Amino acid sequence: MSIVLIVAESQPDGHLRKATLHAIAAGKELAQKTGAPLHLAVLAENPSALAEQLKPYGAVVIHTVASPAFAHYVAESYAPAVAALASSIGADFVGAAATAQGRDLLPRVAARLKAAMASDVLAFSGSGTDVTFTRPMWAGSVIADVKLKTSVKALTIRATEFSAAEPGGGPAEVKAFPAPADVASSPTQFVSFNEVKSARPELTEASIVVSGGRGTKGDFKEIEALADELGAAVGASRAVCDAGWVPNDYQVGQTGKVVAPKLYIAAGISGAIQHLAGMKGSKVIVAINKDPEAPIFQVADYGIVADLFKVLPELRAAIHASKSS
Amino acid sequence: MKILVTAKRVEDPESKIKVKADGSGIVQEGLKYKINPFDEIAVEEGLRLAAKHGGEVVVVSIGPKEVQEQLRHALAMGATKAVWVNHGGALDPMSAAGLLKAVLEREKPDLAILGKQSIDDDQNQTGQYLAEWLGWSQATFASKVESLESDAEKAKTPAIHIAADGKSAQVVREVDNGLTTLSVKLPAIVTSDLRLNLPRYASLPGIMKAKNKPIEELTPAALGVDASPQIQVVKLSAPPPRKAGVKVGDVQELFTKLKNEAKVI
Ligand SMILES: Cc1cc2nc3c(=O)[nH]c(=O)nc-3n(C[C@H](O)[C@H](O)[C@H](O)COP(=O)(O)OP(=O)(O)OC[C@H]3O[C@@H](n4cnc5c(N)ncnc54)[C@H](O)[C@@H]3O)c2cc1C
Ligand SMILES: Nc1ncnc2c1ncn2[C@@H]1O[C@H](COP(=O)(O)O)[C@@H](O)[C@H]1O
Repeated sequence: MSIVLIVAESQPDGHLRKATLHAIAAGKELAQKTGAPLHLAVLAENPSALAEQLKPYGAVVIHTVASPAFAHYVAESYAPAVAALASSIGADFVGAAATAQGRDLLPRVAARLKAAMASDVLAFSGSGTDVTFTRPMWAGSVIADVKLKTSVKALTIRATEFSAAEPGGGPAEVKAFPAPADVASSPTQFVSFNEVKSARPELTEASIVVSGGRGTKGDFKEIEALADELGAAVGASRAVCDAGWVPNDYQVGQTGKVVAPKLYIAAGISGAIQHLAGMKGSKVIVAINKDPEAPIFQVADYGIVADLFKVLPELRAAIHASKSS
Repeated sequence: MKILVTAKRVEDPESKIKVKADGSGIVQEGLKYKINPFDEIAVEEGLRLAAKHGGEVVVVSIGPKEVQEQLRHALAMGATKAVWVNHGGALDPMSAAGLLKAVLEREKPDLAILGKQSIDDDQNQTGQYLAEWLGWSQATFASKVESLESDAEKAKTPAIHIAADGKSAQVVREVDNGLTTLSVKLPAIVTSDLRLNLPRYASLPGIMKAKNKPIEELTPAALGVDASPQIQVVKLSAPPPRKAGVKVGDVQELFTKLKNEAKVI
C-alpha cells in the first residue's frame, strides 16, 4: 500500500516549526490525490509531546523515533532513521517543509532510498502514483511540471503555497519506531547554534513584512520603527545581509526566505529577480524607491517614487494617528 | 591537502529567462553563460584553503564541450587542474551526484566543496546525495560569522577551519533563525552559501596561465556510471503575472489606499 510520509520539524527549543503544518496540508492533498494514507514522522530525544500536539491534524499514524542522537539536528543521524522508517512502512512519498532543515535532510534521505526528488513543490496534479509536481526554476522565472521516475519519491514543500493544516478529524495513532543503530554513528558532530533572537514576529509567519535594501545604506531605524508600528517582521535584500548590516536570516529571495504576507513593503530595494523570487506571492506589495525605473515597481500594487527616509516616517505617523483616532 | 570543487555552467543570473511557446524549454537566443555563482564561491574557498594549508585544487564540471569555458575560468582563478565529464544529455541531481561520486573516488580529495544550489534547476540536492552515497559528512549552506566587508574577508581568510590533525573541519552554516556550527570528519562534502566569501576576479596572468593547465576528459561510460536522469520535465511555463499596480503621488494617498482599498493596515 502506498503511504505519504511527512517529516515534522521542531525548532531548537523543541517547539513545532509552523512550516510543518503547511507541509502536513500539502501531505493531505497528496494523500487525497494518490489515495494513500498520510503518516507523520517525529524525531526527537523525547518525541512524545510533539506527537501529542500533532495528533489532531489528520494523519492516520504518527511514528515517533526517539534517540539521544537527535538532541541536535544533524542530517547524518536523522537520514538513516527517516529512510529506515520509510522503507519499513512502504512509503512511496517522503516529504518535509522546504526549510533549511528540510533542504539539508530530504536529499540525504532520498539518496538512501534511491529516490528522485522535487524541491520547493508548489502544487501537485495527477492521481494514483502518477503524480506531477509543480516547482520553480531559474529563481521563479520558470514554473516546471516534473515527474519522478523512481518508485519512491522525495519532496520538499514550499510552505507559502499551502495554508496551514487545521486540527480536525480523528486522532492519529502514535507508534514508536526504534531508532536504527547508525543514527548514533554520525561522522558529523553538532558544535553550537548562534540564534538570532528577535521580539518581532517570525519572517515567514508574519502577516506584514517591511524590508529594506541597499537604499537604506545600512540605516534600518525607520524600517524597524514602521515594522514595530505595524507589528510586522523585518526583511532585507541580499545586498544588505552581505554587508553585515542585518542578520543573514533576514534575507528574502531565491536563496533566502520565501514569504507571502498580506502586505510586503519594499523600501530601497531594486527588485532583482532573485529578490522577487522570495516575495512576489505576497497579497499586496508596496514599493518605495527613488528610481521610477526600478523593476520592483513591475510587481508592486502601490508604488511611490520618493526617498525612503521621508516616506517611512510619514507613513508611520499616518498609521499611528489613525490608530489613536 | 587536496580540494575538489565544481564549476557547473548556467545561464548568467542577470539574464532574463523566457519559456519557449511550446513549453519544451527556455529560449536560448541571447543568453550568456557563467559558472554557477555558488560554485564560484566554492572555487574561491578551495583556493583560500589551499593557500593556507598547501595543496591543490581540482575543478570538475559535467556537461558538453562548452563547460570547458567554466573550467578555464576556475583555472584562471587559480585551480591546479580540471576534470571535464563530457556528457551531452539531460542531467538531474542524482545523475550529477553519481558522476561526481565516481570522480571523487578517482581523485580522493580531502574535502569537496560544491555549490548549495544550481541557479537553473534550483534543486539544492546534489551535495547531499553525494555525501550520502560516499558515506561522508555533509555541511550544507556553508557561511561564516564575519561579514563580507570584514577584515577577515579582505585578508582572504578561509571560512572553513581545518583541525590541526587534518582529520576534521569546522563549518559555520546558515540555517533558519541563525548560524550553526558543525564539526565534520574529513573527507567531507561542503556546499557553499552566498556569504562564504567574495570570489576573486581572474587576473590577466591567471588567464594566460590557465591556457596551459591540463583539462582531463572523462565520460560517464569511462566512469562506469549510468547518468540517465530520473526526473522527467514534462512542461515549462511562465509564472502567472501580477496585475499591474499604480503609482501614488504622496504618502497620504498611499496610506489611504492601504487602509481603504487594500484594507491591509
Ligand atoms: C545566485 C544569486 C542569488 C541571489 N539571491 C538573492 C536573494 O535571495 N535575495 C535578494 O534580495 N537578492 C539575491 N541576489 C542578489 C540580487 O541579484 C540583487 O543584487 C539584490 O537583490 C540587490 O539588492 P538591493 O535591491 O537592496 O540593492 P540595489 O540593487 O543596489 O538597489 C538599491 C535600490 O535602492 C534605491 N534607493 C537608493 N537610495 C534610496 C532612497 N534614499 N530612497 C528610496 N530608494 C532608494 C535605488 O534606486 C535602487 O533601486 C542573488 C544574486 C545571485 C547572483
Ligand atoms: N553539471 C554539473 N557540473 C558540475 N557540478 C554540478 C553539476 N550539476 C550540479 N553540480 C553541483 O551541485 C550543486 C548543486 O546543484 P543542484 O542540486 O542541481 O542545485 C551545484 O552548485 C554544483 O556544485
